[in-house]
Amino acid sequence: MHKLLRASLALALAAPFGALADTTPSEIESLRREIKTMRAKYEARLQTLEQRLKAAEAVRAETASTVRAAGGAVPGPTGASASTSAPAASPAPVASSAPPQSSPPPIAANPNAFNPALSLILSGNYTRTSQDPEKYAIAGFPLSGDAEVGPGSRGLSLAETEIGFAASIDPWLRGAAFVAVQPDDSVSVEEAWVQTTALGRGFSLKAGRFFSGIGYLNLRHAHTWDFVDNPLAYQALLGGQYGDDGLQLTWVAPTDLLVELGAEIGRGRGFPGGGDTSRNGAGMRALSAHAGGDVGVSHSWRAGLSMLEAKANGQELVATDTAGATMAHDFSGNTRVWIADAVWKWAPNGNATRTSFTLQGEYLRSTRRGELVYDVGGVDSAGALRAVQSGWYLQGVYQFMPRWRLGLRTERLDSGTPDYGPDSSSLAASLGATGYRPHRNTLMVDFNPSEFSRVRLQFARDRAREGIADNQIFLQYQMSLGAHGAHGY
Amino acid sequence: MKRKTLFVLVAALLALLAPAAQAALRVFACEPEWGALAQELGGDLLEVSVATTALQDPHRIQARPSLIARARNADLVVCTGAELEIGWLPMLLQQSGNAKVQPGQPGNFAAADFVPKLDIPDRPDRSQGDVHAAGNPHIQTDPRNIAQVAVALAARLQQIDPANAGRYAQRATDFAQRWQQAIARWSAQAAPLQGVPVVSQHKAFVYLYDWLGLREVAVLEPKPGVEPTVSHLQSVLASLKATPARMVLYAAYQDPRPSEWLSGHAGIAMVKLPFTLGGTEGAKDLFGLFDDTVARLLAAAGASR
Repeated sequence: MHKLLRASLALALAAPFGALADTTPSEIESLRREIKTMRAKYEARLQTLEQRLKAAEAVRAETASTVRAAGGAVPGPTGASASTSAPAASPAPVASSAPPQSSPPPIAANPNAFNPALSLILSGNYTRTSQDPEKYAIAGFPLSGDAEVGPGSRGLSLAETEIGFAASIDPWLRGAAFVAVQPDDSVSVEEAWVQTTALGRGFSLKAGRFFSGIGYLNLRHAHTWDFVDNPLAYQALLGGQYGDDGLQLTWVAPTDLLVELGAEIGRGRGFPGGGDTSRNGAGMRALSAHAGGDVGVSHSWRAGLSMLEAKANGQELVATDTAGATMAHDFSGNTRVWIADAVWKWAPNGNATRTSFTLQGEYLRSTRRGELVYDVGGVDSAGALRAVQSGWYLQGVYQFMPRWRLGLRTERLDSGTPDYGPDSSSLAASLGATGYRPHRNTLMVDFNPSEFSRVRLQFARDRAREGIADNQIFLQYQMSLGAHGAHGY
Repeated sequence: MKRKTLFVLVAALLALLAPAAQAALRVFACEPEWGALAQELGGDLLEVSVATTALQDPHRIQARPSLIARARNADLVVCTGAELEIGWLPMLLQQSGNAKVQPGQPGNFAAADFVPKLDIPDRPDRSQGDVHAAGNPHIQTDPRNIAQVAVALAARLQQIDPANAGRYAQRATDFAQRWQQAIARWSAQAAPLQGVPVVSQHKAFVYLYDWLGLREVAVLEPKPGVEPTVSHLQSVLASLKATPARMVLYAAYQDPRPSEWLSGHAGIAMVKLPFTLGGTEGAKDLFGLFDDTVARLLAAAGASR
């Protein structure tokens, strides 16, 4: 309506202006062009409306006729004639009988019609910590440089910006890519995979870079987490989140109870794998089994057991001793991580719009076997290593009213007693192993104005470092633009 | 090696546990109305499972494990489409590993593809709330839409299960007759509702209004999918002074409080509509759904006269 008004105003003004001698020809020309484009726009819009009207009329007419004929549109009303004609002719008549009823939108030769669904996640934080995040470490857990550990940088900062693309490739495959732009302007490919859609019988095969299907949280992107950060157990034992380049085969059993089995092989490019990954074979293997179902209409659950095995060859690790000094190690060997996960959700009558509650917990246990080149007093020496480390978290998130959620998480790590071979006890002491158990408690509250936006306040008391309590406050926003993503359980 | 054997054993065990291949066509319906319609058209040829209830918000369903398992085993998925299930159905289909029900396959049926849609936004933008680019998806509130979907769904059933095409056709004819008679009856009963001004809590009933000639004068949600705020309710109340309404309508799955507030302050009737099967006591089947909807509207119109 506004545009029409503007157009008529422009017309009314343009007429007297034309008579004015001092109006430049270019102005008139531009006005003319503007009017022309406006007219074109309105004609196009009128045409679409007309088409829509026609489609609607066609459908109305068709139903009226089918109703009058009482089944005229569907093959033979008598069983005998239908059963003889149906098998031979069934696909064709149906294919032709369905489309005329739908009103195909007039997308005439739009080259963008097949563009992938595009989504964009915008996120930013304000972080306040009582300890210097630069010196963050998890006592007893030597970590590789690429591990995502700690509260991030202090003050106001942009968080990860994630761009996602997803579309069907052809009738048999679909593909997706998620590219993360870090606040330091570096770009990384978080996921980029193709997946079969036509294998059937519950099988899907995925190839490319993807988050492993182990555990519960591992495959979830940061913007779907219930807290600002990942649990300590994920940070210490999986380097944050385990993603790899490889293949994944999943199978959903034909049962009423959900049973999902997964097998993966990969390059082993990130912690607990890593280092030199140049090999012909696989550097990572993973197996996972999950089951899930409903209990009544208000409760649902999912639980599983997964195992990840990764090879490391010359993996550089940074350990921090009790004094806060860092030491560089070099690990070569195998790491096996077992994960037990369980989640239980409640929503009255299955309607989570008003109130809901989620209880979730995971237990991770990692066994590292291999050779460690360690640096004690600036001298490299090599020795065998066998270390069993574990950690767990338990969290509850309660939506107490529409749009508001409250969450509590508690977690603990156990660095175990690493076995360094014959001189184990003296080495352990000089490597800073004290048997300290890092732990953390976290409280968060978030407000979700819509399905597409979230603002979160989180407070954590982090005791990952021995004898030091780090009070962390986060204020975070997460926004989702573009394609409406479907959320996993 | 051992682990592999174990894996194979577990898989074999699960395959044994699986329900023996059934003759019945397995239909996964996203909403109760489509489950009921499939049942009308397929009878005992179908084994219908419904993903949601009338007390759940069909926009916001979690992709629960049980739903993935059911999508895995379905021969046909019958949903509303028009982006109503966009937050959960794609996830179910992706995780199901079921090739038959992927979008574009005959086993994937979206009812909204077969009816002309209302409320198609000129320029979809989320500043307008949870709008659907394809138009308003709540098509089941108009029985004439159900009739159209029935024709298309019967055709689809015949395509997927050609061996029983004759029986589907027969049932479709029978249903169409009974449905047309029922529509005529409801339309006659609802004649007094023509032009009655109403307020809706969510823009959930445009097709119902289109059918019965009810006039929507205000909506309690400031934008589709956005919870009513006190200030917006006040402004609706104020607007009713100039354009009075006779009743405020809400769907069974919605929080009744905003409607209660308006009903109390404006002194107009409040009507809980079943919206789908099971939303109210009376809405036991497709016919009951509209019997009860019309009865409730008439009762409210009569009371406020």
